[in-house]
Amino acid sequence: MATYRFSVSIMPKDGILDPQGRAVEASLAALDAANVHHVRIGRRVEVDVEAGSTDEAWATVDRLSGELLANPLIESWEIEGLHTPGPLGPSK
Amino acid sequence: MKVAVVVFPGSNCDRDTAHAVRLAGAEAELVWHERVELGGADAVIVPGGFAHGDYLRAGAIARFSPVMAALREHAERDGLVLGICNGFQVLTEARLLPGVLRRNTTLRFENRWVRLAVERVDTPFTRAVPAGMTLRMPIAHGEGAYWLPDAELDRLEAAGQVLFRYAAPEGNPNGSLRDIAGVTNERGNVCGLMPHPERSSEALLGSDDGLLVMRSLVESMAAVGAAA
Repeated sequence: MATYRFSVSIMPKDGILDPQGRAVEASLAALDAANVHHVRIGRRVEVDVEAGSTDEAWATVDRLSGELLANPLIESWEIEGLHTPGPLGPSK
Repeated sequence: MKVAVVVFPGSNCDRDTAHAVRLAGAEAELVWHERVELGGADAVIVPGGFAHGDYLRAGAIARFSPVMAALREHAERDGLVLGICNGFQVLTEARLLPGVLRRNTTLRFENRWVRLAVERVDTPFTRAVPAGMTLRMPIAHGEGAYWLPDAELDRLEAAGQVLFRYAAPEGNPNGSLRDIAGVTNERGNVCGLMPHPERSSEALLGSDDGLLVMRSLVESMAAVGAAA
């Protein structure tokens, strides 16, 4: 078993109402940044997974993303493998 | 006849809801979210508040509370389930109701009175409402903008699953598509709405229109009991 670290970036799907992004965009003129458009706000989640292989760990993260971290109706997600941090605490 | 009122960490309308259920003529029992049964209740209400702090997304974590398996089973047996405000958000996250509740488009937490058109009075949640009557109830939410893809909204409307819409004079308070304030599932035994019937169940509170929803639920339970 090894520990694998991932980040999951969760974003509103294109075309989905994003009131937060719209609110931020509306404030940009005050920052002299009226040339900035299409602001969308999502979230990033980092997890460590103990698994026998990267593929197995990835599959776990993908499953959790669809069931909990994102709402597939309105959000999409991208998983990125980060550096492996090594064993977490004492081995079982 | 008994209604289970589910209590999550962060629920805060549970006692008001139990009180309104009693006013409507049924027993009410508060059921902690870690329980795996509903105490033999005839109907379930998921009340308002901030279940699990609304962390991640409103209702997202509550969906995995132990009590939700019993609630799902109750719904599958055609038992009545009503979600109010945060309870509506929990039921959509649990996929027991269609759609998503997005952040209000108004840049604010909306805490005020609204008026509701009742689209159907032949449902277990509206049978005590006189036809044509609009209901005055308060809302208090930051994430109440109902959203579904256009084609699915068409299907929802055609199937008669839109039960409440925001109506004049106050109108749509949060950017909900097609002014939707409450919906049911396909079978019609699970309902969710953003406005608070329990906060409008006594004239003292400024309106007792919400009691009509509570009475509908209790009458429907009685009808099922009589048939069984």
